[in-house]
Amino acid sequence: MAQVVPAEGDMRRVIGDGEAQPDGDVEGLTDQDLLDLYRSMVLLRTYDERSVVFHRQGRIGTYAIFWGHEAMQAGAVHALAREDWVFPSYRESAIGLLRGMPPETVLAWWRGHPDGWWDPRRYGVASIAVPIATHVPHAVGFAWGKKLRHEAGCAIAFFGDGATSEGAFHEGANFAAVMAAPVVLLCNNNGWAISTPLSAQTRAAALVDKAAGYGMPGVRVDGGDVLAVYEATRDALTRARAGEGPTFIEAVTYRCAPHATADDPSAYIDAERVELERQNECLGRYERYLRRAGLLGDDLAESIADEAKEALRQGIAAAEALAEPDPELVTKNAYAE
Amino acid sequence: MPSKTLVEAVNDALHVEMERDDAVMVMGEDVGRAGGVFRATAGLLDRFGPDRCVDTPLAEAGILGTAVGLAMAGWRPVCEMQYESFSYPCLDQLICHVGRYRWRTNGAMDFPITIRMPTGGGVKAPELHEDSPETYYVHTPGIKVAIPSTPADAKGLLAAAIRSPDPVVLMEPKVLYRSPREEVPDGEHVVPLGKARIAREGDDVSIIAYGGMVAVAEQAAAEAAASVEIVDVRSLKPLDEETLLASVGKTGRAVIVQEAPRVAGFGAEIAALLAEKAILDLRGPVLRVTGYDAPFPFWSLEEEHIPSPGRVLEAIDQVMSF
Repeated sequence: MAQVVPAEGDMRRVIGDGEAQPDGDVEGLTDQDLLDLYRSMVLLRTYDERSVVFHRQGRIGTYAIFWGHEAMQAGAVHALAREDWVFPSYRESAIGLLRGMPPETVLAWWRGHPDGWWDPRRYGVASIAVPIATHVPHAVGFAWGKKLRHEAGCAIAFFGDGATSEGAFHEGANFAAVMAAPVVLLCNNNGWAISTPLSAQTRAAALVDKAAGYGMPGVRVDGGDVLAVYEATRDALTRARAGEGPTFIEAVTYRCAPHATADDPSAYIDAERVELERQNECLGRYERYLRRAGLLGDDLAESIADEAKEALRQGIAAAEALAEPDPELVTKNAYAE
Repeated sequence: MPSKTLVEAVNDALHVEMERDDAVMVMGEDVGRAGGVFRATAGLLDRFGPDRCVDTPLAEAGILGTAVGLAMAGWRPVCEMQYESFSYPCLDQLICHVGRYRWRTNGAMDFPITIRMPTGGGVKAPELHEDSPETYYVHTPGIKVAIPSTPADAKGLLAAAIRSPDPVVLMEPKVLYRSPREEVPDGEHVVPLGKARIAREGDDVSIIAYGGMVAVAEQAAAEAAASVEIVDVRSLKPLDEETLLASVGKTGRAVIVQEAPRVAGFGAEIAALLAEKAILDLRGPVLRVTGYDAPFPFWSLEEEHIPSPGRVLEAIDQVMSF
């Protein structure tokens, strides 16, 4: 089996390991910001872990797990301004929670209920993109469109390592560069596209190398380091707002969970590597960082965890309390007129 | 009224609609500096500038994909696909997103995207420049499709497409681009989607056609012994069932002419409609005259593929003598 080991070279990190590797910090982040990031990650983690349980209980349908990807989602969203839009793939299905979307909306989506759709303008979050990479040009078009209208507003598209093999990624990235669109292309390189390892996806030494081919800057960060992802995204947005166009960010992590609830990775994944990666997962790393910095103690950690659990308790209750969808919705909304 | 060719009428509509609404922008391959390979977008770059008449990279899926985002940012993009066959890469965006996004927002957001493309054969071009792919578009939920057969309708249907809150594919028969010329209303001119046109009145048989096939039907009608009515469908979706059923109700006979390959083509949809709603009016079988279930041929053979007035006359004879 092909071994997938991300090269360590020039991968940006901020969080140390508590031993030889010292902790860094990100200029401009207040203590409140640091705790907000933690709160976001805990909310996402709780959402994800509860969703797997809800699936086993038959309360939601097939679910795409994002355990271990909370750092890149929270870090990137924290860097956005309110007028910026997020274009998520299904791996970021709950990213709207970080922009005020109630958990029941996303849970309704996974329950196959029409109330799981939302008006993207309400949260600055586009619809969850199920096909791979085809939403990348949407993010580019949105950002380019805002620029053409001389309005504030950038976009960030999330997509996986497998998506870089798709034509839509290429066309979107190329358009972004040609139009100098204020967009961030955030590649979640978790090493796997269901069962296909990165080595079977590309011969490029690192996905970030693709950026050069489009004539845009590329940044490679540790995707499990929320502060590194935040910093890279913030810098990319600063460039975008200054009219300097798109940035490609490769956020490297390792998929420690099945692709989705319907997937059994034991057939293809290296269990020892997964175990190793799980011990170094992003939320634990950040929690230890905050504790070393003296910003987080047991009481606060517990209250943040309780808050997230309560949000999910209320979310699933609300999703399950939704009225049966109106059968007229089968044909409604395909056309405006 | 000035006299214009179909492509001049398209150009006129783009000028008028872009003047009328500054959210309208045109994008595509060679639409700016070159003014489009058929000159449909000539003059727009000078008049409206490079932000509203955009020469894009050579990437049809990228054109339509970015148009989705542009619509989200408040634009009304008019995308040109340089040839109908070059539009195939954009089907991914069309099927996966353009036709679905409004539904995905529970109807909250409009996606007023227009996709223009030349269509059809008869121009002696290389491979993959002469297809008639309307069925792919019509079959996609959330997408409206119109195909004009006259310069005035080309202008009016394009204006309706641009003003529509829904995505519309406008297919322009390239065989008609440069001739004939006809009077086209000046200024704002809108032909609503969903309305067919009686191109010729008659009593014995209805020929139902659209795009380049309307002229073929007219040639056949001029030579036919029977009194022929021609219904120019104009808008494939939404479809003007009322006009179609009224015509067939009057004549009792229907011949459908489509240039596209026969199998599951739009003619089959019309035939099914007549079977469902006009069965008691019919005095003979609903016949189809179509292209073949084969790639559009090299152009030395294109006249064998494209329905001819002779084939339409044979069908008229067949249904008249049933």
